[in-house]
Amino acid sequence: MSHAATESRPALLDRLREALPKIVLSPTVAIVAVFVYGFIAFTVYLSFTNSRILPSFDLVGWKNYELLFKIRAWDIAVSNLLVFGVLYIVICCALGLLLAILLDQRIRAEGFIRTIYLYPMALSFIVTGIAWKWFLDPGIGLEAVVQGWGFESFKFGWIKDRDMAIYTIVIAAVWQTSGFVMAMFLAGLRGIDSEMLKAAQIDGASTFALYRRIVIPQLRPAFMSAFVVLAHMAIKSYDLVIALTGGGPGTATEVPATFMYSYTFTRNQMGIGAASAVIMLMTIAAIIVPYLWSELREKKQ
Amino acid sequence: MGFLDIKNATKSYGAVKVLHETNISIEEGEFLVLVGPSGCGKSTLLNMIAGLEDITSGEIAIKGRSMNGVKPAERNIAMVFQSYALYPNMTVKGNISFGMEMHGMPKEQREPRIAQVADLLQISHLLDRKPGQLSGGQRQRVAMGRALVREPDVFLFDEPLSNLDAKLRVDMRTEIKKLHQKLGTTIVYVTHDQIEALTLSTRIAVMFGGYVQQLGTPKEIYDDPANMFVAGFMGSPSMNLFPAKIVAGANGPAAEVTLQAGQTAQIPFANGAMSSHEGREIILGLRPEAITDKDGADRNSQSVHIVECPVEVTEPAGSDTFVVTQIGGKDVTGRFRADVNVKAGETFPFAFNMEKAVVFDPKTEDRIR
Amino acid sequence: MSASSSAKSGINFGRYILYTLLALFCIYYLLPLYVMVVNSLKPLSEITSGGMMSLPQELTFAPWQNAWSKAQVGVEATGLRPYFINSIQMVVPAVALSTLLGALNGYVLTKWQFRGSTILFGLLLFGCFIPFQIVLIPMARMLGLMGLAGSVPGLIFVHLVYGIGFSTLYFRNYYAAFPTELVRAAQIDGAGFFTIFWRILLPSSGPIAVVCIIWQFTNIWNDFLFGASFSDFDSQPMTVALNNLVQSSTGVKEYNVHFAGAIMAALPTLLVYIVAGRYFVRGLMAGSVKG
Repeated sequence: MSHAATESRPALLDRLREALPKIVLSPTVAIVAVFVYGFIAFTVYLSFTNSRILPSFDLVGWKNYELLFKIRAWDIAVSNLLVFGVLYIVICCALGLLLAILLDQRIRAEGFIRTIYLYPMALSFIVTGIAWKWFLDPGIGLEAVVQGWGFESFKFGWIKDRDMAIYTIVIAAVWQTSGFVMAMFLAGLRGIDSEMLKAAQIDGASTFALYRRIVIPQLRPAFMSAFVVLAHMAIKSYDLVIALTGGGPGTATEVPATFMYSYTFTRNQMGIGAASAVIMLMTIAAIIVPYLWSELREKKQ
Repeated sequence: MGFLDIKNATKSYGAVKVLHETNISIEEGEFLVLVGPSGCGKSTLLNMIAGLEDITSGEIAIKGRSMNGVKPAERNIAMVFQSYALYPNMTVKGNISFGMEMHGMPKEQREPRIAQVADLLQISHLLDRKPGQLSGGQRQRVAMGRALVREPDVFLFDEPLSNLDAKLRVDMRTEIKKLHQKLGTTIVYVTHDQIEALTLSTRIAVMFGGYVQQLGTPKEIYDDPANMFVAGFMGSPSMNLFPAKIVAGANGPAAEVTLQAGQTAQIPFANGAMSSHEGREIILGLRPEAITDKDGADRNSQSVHIVECPVEVTEPAGSDTFVVTQIGGKDVTGRFRADVNVKAGETFPFAFNMEKAVVFDPKTEDRIR
Repeated sequence: MSASSSAKSGINFGRYILYTLLALFCIYYLLPLYVMVVNSLKPLSEITSGGMMSLPQELTFAPWQNAWSKAQVGVEATGLRPYFINSIQMVVPAVALSTLLGALNGYVLTKWQFRGSTILFGLLLFGCFIPFQIVLIPMARMLGLMGLAGSVPGLIFVHLVYGIGFSTLYFRNYYAAFPTELVRAAQIDGAGFFTIFWRILLPSSGPIAVVCIIWQFTNIWNDFLFGASFSDFDSQPMTVALNNLVQSSTGVKEYNVHFAGAIMAALPTLLVYIVAGRYFVRGLMAGSVKG
């Protein structure tokens, strides 16, 4: 009689209980669906419209992209990113590797030194930018100080120099991140089988040969990770440029991130801004997606 | 209908079938051991009994009640895990009482049961410690205590001894057997260690490749293996399996084998067995204890035959000496008395106890009777 | 004998060079911090007369007082204090919420896997790495629609949304190594979904929770792009206010005040780094070299 009723209620509860994990996950799924993928779709759509100060939904085809590649500022931004990105990644990796190897020689107070090398990573790019902005300022910073020491002919005015300003961004960015790269390489070094190193020493390998032939080739995964992280940071870099040079002098240190912001929010060219954001996304996706793919697949095996 | 019935149970992950149609039925108080190499499906089957994995098809029933779709907590089972799975943040007492707490048992009723189980397992002095402060053997006891206190219908053990060192493993094995004899509980026990299987069980299911290869008492499994896999897997050192041919000998059918130098020897089967298979190529199976020196042979056997074999290696093992020769291109190990005077390189009389011989088809690897 | 002693002195010489190099790099990394600290404690005239590298001749805390409560940041001369408070009001709820959600997500994604959960995680993870420029325009609209434009709650929301990915990553990787047998044992003991999370997993999640909280705190505190895009004058976070203070083109450039302000903006994350650097590094590594 009441059999059916007592049976169906627990069944409903059971089904609810079984769905619980998915229910818990659902807010996140919704958030990601809307605020990541939905928003990407929205921006992609905007990049094909004639949006200016406000979003408009009139499609204009590839016009924004054509315009974008004709704008000189975008040209400068892209070539700046190339120069900055390549130097940033190469110097960070070289310096990080050097520091990791130095620190790997059974150093006393290693923990303390590591802490010093890595602390800039905890700072905001704005803070880093301000510190370096004034330190490199020829009027009060390094140039003035060295001249004050008596070297009257010493000049270091890169930050005010249209041709050299982009390199000051490299200097500040390397300062901030190279310790992090060092930590990545150091973790890689510590992961190498110490018995293999002993075997190589018994085989008569010198310290130099040991690193060149055995250790560094095994750091490939660390190099991969460092490359992906640094490339992704380079493309996204915005704060540092704003704080250090504000994109100047003139547009000398314009990068895609600053370009996108100014075209969208101050120049009221939202369509073009959206198009530049899409290109940034594509570039990052080209680096990140294969990396994530391989990482997740390895995990599964 | 038994106490625990597994009827046509299968398990597939997508297209991969990890457990083929399995039928096992055991009575109350039995100690069933699922044994096999890793990946044979034994742990999957255990998890299906526990309700931790779904059954793809078929049915599992406890006390005649179908367990399909019943949650683990409602099956009245308890499980001891390989890693013991003790909750690291709770004390021993907390670990033991957690299950009762989850089932809504009031504290006054939990306390005496914890005390009783702790007493039984001699862990009363550990009740306030955390699992991290216990030794391997102590953790093992706590894990068993957590299972015992539930007073379940069926105990499930998932390789409970494999994380212990050799000596402790033997001690705990004895302890588990004593506990089973004392409490008379029904146990399903998974292991890859065939000695554990033989010593503990009332019945063994030998599994391989997702199939139950043989289900039987330890004696049946050991003396009467259903196929070459079971013969080779159970027993240590494992059963000698070597090629032979059945021929008509002077005293009935005999196994013709090739010794090291290419010469052949005939060993007659006991009681005229295999007479209907004359001329057939076979694999002959003899356990090391059925190949001995002359004086070490089983005096009750009617069918001990001496063959002169060249000795390849001798391995003194304290209580016995294992002597290796080659038959049909395979190493064949005999279990000789410890003080037998035999050296590598010489020819020595080997005594074959053919009452213990088993015969397999080389192609299907199944028993020929 | 002489050979061994010369080899030894060779080693000693090598070590000497090694430590010298390490010390030089220490100076390189500490130099900007030194510049910020000493110059925040001296009068402006000492800086402009080429004394940036020297210790203060006349020690003064006026730049700190100025930066904290007097400097002209926006329209009013409020100092950085209100913006510091904004940052705290923004960071605490955003960190707490994204960590909690991340823990639950990680729990589901490892211990309650379902078809497609790996793909879902991959999609979630990709969301961590997108250039946020791609979401600025729609997010500005969305915050407007939600009535959160230019407010601290709006910023909390934005940071929560884009912080979930990393939180989930941390907890997922941590719980993946958490023995599943414990979850199974608890299931057999009769514990349900939330009980297992609350009683079994969460008590063992201390280290990863610290890693996650530090990572989120550092990231959200240091954020500039979202702050610059989605805040009004009175809801600006510290980084944005600091940048405005430094970049403002009116009046004399008070470098000492700028440096004091920069240290104020850096201090919370720097303190966290000094106190719990181990966890900070672990977070950095887990966010880059997974596995």
